[in-house]
Amino acid sequence: METETLKRRNEFEWEIPKSGVMRVPVVLFGSRELIAAMDDKVREQLINVASLPGIVDAAYAMPDAHWGYGFPIGGVAAFDAEEGGVVSAGGVGFDISCGVRTLHTGLKLADLQGDVRRQLADVLYACIPVGVGSTGTLHLSEKAMDAMLCGGACWAVDAGYGRSADLARIEDKGCVDGADSAAVSAQAKKRQRDEMGTLGSGNHYLEVQAVSQLSDSAAALAYGLALDDVVVSIHCGSRGLGHQIGTDYLREMVLAAPSMGIVLPDRELACAPLYSALGRRYLGAMRAAINCALANRQILTHLAREAFAKLFPGTTLPLLYDVSHNTCKEEMHTINGRVRQLFVHRKGATRAFGPRHAELPAEYAEVGQPVLIGGSMGTASWILAGTASASGERAFGSACHGAGRAMSRHEATRRWHGRAVVDELAARGILVRSPSWRGIAEEAPPAYKDVGEVVDAADHAGLAGKVARLQPLVCIKG
Amino acid sequence: MAWQTFPHEADIGIRGIGATIDEAFAGAALALTAVICDPAMVAARQSLEIECAAPDIEVLLIDWLNALIYEMATRKLLFSRFDVAIALSIAPEVEDHTLHATAWGEPIDVPRHRPAAEIKGATFCELDVGQDASGQWHAQCVVDV
Repeated sequence: METETLKRRNEFEWEIPKSGVMRVPVVLFGSRELIAAMDDKVREQLINVASLPGIVDAAYAMPDAHWGYGFPIGGVAAFDAEEGGVVSAGGVGFDISCGVRTLHTGLKLADLQGDVRRQLADVLYACIPVGVGSTGTLHLSEKAMDAMLCGGACWAVDAGYGRSADLARIEDKGCVDGADSAAVSAQAKKRQRDEMGTLGSGNHYLEVQAVSQLSDSAAALAYGLALDDVVVSIHCGSRGLGHQIGTDYLREMVLAAPSMGIVLPDRELACAPLYSALGRRYLGAMRAAINCALANRQILTHLAREAFAKLFPGTTLPLLYDVSHNTCKEEMHTINGRVRQLFVHRKGATRAFGPRHAELPAEYAEVGQPVLIGGSMGTASWILAGTASASGERAFGSACHGAGRAMSRHEATRRWHGRAVVDELAARGILVRSPSWRGIAEEAPPAYKDVGEVVDAADHAGLAGKVARLQPLVCIKG
Repeated sequence: MAWQTFPHEADIGIRGIGATIDEAFAGAALALTAVICDPAMVAARQSLEIECAAPDIEVLLIDWLNALIYEMATRKLLFSRFDVAIALSIAPEVEDHTLHATAWGEPIDVPRHRPAAEIKGATFCELDVGQDASGQWHAQCVVDV
C-alpha cells in the first residue's frame, strides 16, 4: 500500500479520510514498513467496510492486517443498531471465535531438555486429535449439542472437562449470553457431531512454549509469568459448526441484501440490520458458535492436562487466559463522550481491554487484559496487556491477533518442503508433529510477517503493551 | 476440462475451466480436492448424488462447492471424479438454476492421502462464473482453509 496516499496521524497511525461512499474514515495502525507491505486489497476492503450502514467512528486495521475476504483479516468495525447498523457474517468469517488460550505448566525450560521434549511431543500428538478427518472421543446427542451451544466452556466444565476455576479466565467467563441453538442449522450441528475436542488444520496448533523475554515486570507478575517458564498455547475455533454457520448465513445475507435496501460493495461483506429478524437470528447462531469454540478449547485443555500428567505427574496446567479473535460482540464504548452500545466486529483481531475494565478477573484488573498473539511454529508468540490512555481505548479496545501472513500458501509450498521445515526447526530445538508435510510447508514460519515488528507496532500505537515473548519448543500442527 | 488453484494472501483460489459450464463446475470441484491433497491419489470407489438450486449461477457454484465441503466433512470422504449437469433457468421470473451431480471418491486415509488442509467454506471473494470470447467457461472463487 502506497503510504504517500495516506494521511499520517502519528508515527504508528495512518488515515484514509472519509470520501465518496465512506461513512467514516479508515484508520490503520503500523510502522511505515508494515503499512507499505500491506496489499492494496486491504485498502479496498477497509474502504468497503467504512461504507457499511451504521458504522461508528472508523474502520480500523491492526498492524497484522492482510487481504481477507470482505473484511481484511486484522479488521475492526463497530455498528450502532440505533443508527441502522448491521451485523456481517462476512465480518466474522467462517472460523467463528477462533482464538488462543494459554496455560501455565509450572515447569521450567530446564525440565524439557533432550529426550523429555521428544517424549512430550509424542504424547501430545497421540492425545490431541489433529488434522483433516480427525474426530474427538465425544459424540454429542441432539440434546447435549443444544446444551453445549448455550453453555460454552461452562457446559464443558460441568461435563467433566477442566475446572470451574478456569471459567473466570475466559472472555465472557466462558459463555456468551444470547446464543440461540434453534438458529443453528441441522447441517451445522451434524458437522460438529464428531468434532468436539479437535484442533483442526491450517494455522491451528497446540504449542509448548518457554518465556524467553519479559518486557513489563508488573504485568508479568500479575499474569504469573517468569523467565524460562513453560506454557502451553492452544489456537483453534468452533470447528465445523462455525464453518457451516458462516456458510449458511453468508448465503442468506447475500440473497436478502437487496430486499433490505443494502448495497453490498463486495458480496463477501454480506450483512443484515441488527434489528432485522435475519440479523437477530445470525447473532443467536454466531453466539452459539462462540460457545462451541469455548467448549472446544476447554476440552482440548483437558486433553493437554491429561497428556502432561502422563509425563509430569502433579502438573495441573492452570489457565492464564482465553481470547477469541473472530467475533461480533455487544459492548459499551464511549465515543466522543457518549456511552453507546455497539456491536464490535473483530476479524482476526483480539479484544485488548485496559486496566480496571469490568470484564477483567480481579487479579488482572490493575494491568489490563492478557492479549494472546499467536506465532507460527518457528516464530515467537507474544503476550501483551490491554492498555487505556487518558483519551480512552484505541479501536474499541482491540489489538492484533498474530503475525499475519506475508505470503500465499502457493508461494510457501513453492519455496519449501514440509520435511525440510521440520528438520530445520528440530535442529533449533523446536519439535513439530503433524499429519501433513504440505500443511507444514504452507505454514512455514517465513510465510508470516515478523511477529516482533507487529507487536512493536501494537505497543507503540498504544493498542496493547508488550509483556512476554514466548519461544516455541513443541508444536502439534493440523 | 481443466482445473487450477491460484494464490490469495491468506487462503487459496480454485478455478475450473471447460467447454461447458458443467465441465467448469466439475473442474472447480477437482481444484477443491487439490487444496486438500493430490486428486490423483483419490480412488473413485464410491459415489453420492448432490442437488443444488440457486437464483444466480455464481451462487450455484458456491452452493455446489459448499455441498461437497459438507459431504467431505460429515462423511470423511475425498472426491476425485464428478459428473455435473446444470440446467440454467431461462425464465427470468423463476430464476432458479439447478445442478444435479454425482461425485465419486473414497474415505480419507490420512497416511496415504496426507491431507494438507481442511476447507472451511467457499467464499464470495474472487467469485466468477462466465464465458470468454472463445466460448470457454470458467468457474472460480477463493476457499477458506
